[in-house]
Amino acid sequence: MTAPPDDCLARNEWICGAYLSTRRQILLDAVLQHLQLTGLSVLVALLIAVPPAVLARRRGWAAGPVLALTTVLYTIPSLAMFSLLLPVYGLSPTLVVAGLALYSLTLLVRNILAGLRAVPEETRQAARGMGYGPLRLLLTVELPLALPTAMAGLRIATVSAVSLVTVGAIVGFGGLGNLIYAGMNTYFKAQVLTASVLCVLIAVTADLLLLGVQRLITPWARAGRA
Amino acid sequence: MTTLAGAWNWLTDPAHWAGDDGIGHRLVQHLVLTGVCLAVSCLIALPVALVLGHLGRGGALAVNISNVGRAVPTFAVLVLLLLTPLGRWGEGPTVVALVLFAVPPLLTNAYVGMREVDRNTVRAARGMGMTGRQVMFEVEVPLSLPLVMNGVRIAAVQLVATATIAALAGGGGLGRIITAGFNLASTPQVVAGAVLVAVLALVVEGLFAVAERLAPARTRGAG
Repeated sequence: MTAPPDDCLARNEWICGAYLSTRRQILLDAVLQHLQLTGLSVLVALLIAVPPAVLARRRGWAAGPVLALTTVLYTIPSLAMFSLLLPVYGLSPTLVVAGLALYSLTLLVRNILAGLRAVPEETRQAARGMGYGPLRLLLTVELPLALPTAMAGLRIATVSAVSLVTVGAIVGFGGLGNLIYAGMNTYFKAQVLTASVLCVLIAVTADLLLLGVQRLITPWARAGRA
Repeated sequence: MTTLAGAWNWLTDPAHWAGDDGIGHRLVQHLVLTGVCLAVSCLIALPVALVLGHLGRGGALAVNISNVGRAVPTFAVLVLLLLTPLGRWGEGPTVVALVLFAVPPLLTNAYVGMREVDRNTVRAARGMGMTGRQVMFEVEVPLSLPLVMNGVRIAAVQLVATATIAALAGGGGLGRIITAGFNLASTPQVVAGAVLVAVLALVVEGLFAVAERLAPARTRGAG
């Protein structure tokens, strides 16, 4: 019998190169699951958020109920949200996606509505005077002008979603959260630290990417400032 | 529907309210944990934010800390702290993780609140011969109170919600009912625990709303 190797894994150190090289596949899989869960939930939330926000802008009476409902959703804790949806979706990735999407909804609806409300009345009147119908006004004038504010909400929602995916570990679909949860139970320091750092890296990268996208699709915002 | 009925039955069973694992004890643990964390976060964040806001410096810092804070998963921080020597100190890791989580929104809201005070009002106060300290405590702080309190309200509700994560790491609070339900594969218990936490979060939100209504009109927000 050979002596156990005296490397950083055996010594259970926080930072461990051997961990990175031996568990590369596990880490990659976890990162991929993390990205999928985050991306899908934010996308779903975005698709659901636009109609209520537009409705609340067009019809004043709708604003109150829409905002109240999404705020209530936001106060439900992530762990509780996953549990409340448990009877509907069972232990599945859909459960995590649905929970996170509901959570992101508040931020997105609020910001899209704020963006739509900030479109100057003169601009809307000018577009109407040029013969724009309600739909064309919405698609070519109002929504583009609401983009900067909406994107700010999207960035916050995405960053929050990246960190909340970890709680999905309770149902076994938490991406890097699974590694953190397992590492906690086995006192595996390198795994917990590596997974945590990767989480933050994903969040920061996603934030910067969205900032880049925002700059690309709203060139007038920069031109105005220069 | 059967799950909801089951959750209702679980909640109304007196046996589940008594004892160390009962709802009553968990509720008290949850409230104490949230209250302590909120108090500590306010003591850390508010003085810094109010002074920075008064001086008009460090705005970018406050916003950046807030954004970075959002990117760090509270659950990861909690587990990381658990594995350090601090982990032997009871609820210590939970308190530290939750405080780190609550400070950013408090900091940003209080800072923004101080900066949103009408500059002309501040100039008038200075023109009347008020010292910097008087301007801060008699003009800026009272006028920024609605936004500052809004930050406290957001932090409080989020703390109630996030304190459930403590249970994932073996801590106390209502989250324990949820995690215990998962371990027993008892969906009614899981849903019952989730309902308890959600209701508590809404009650806290409601209490802040009532407090805002009762506050003197001067300190009430315009919106």
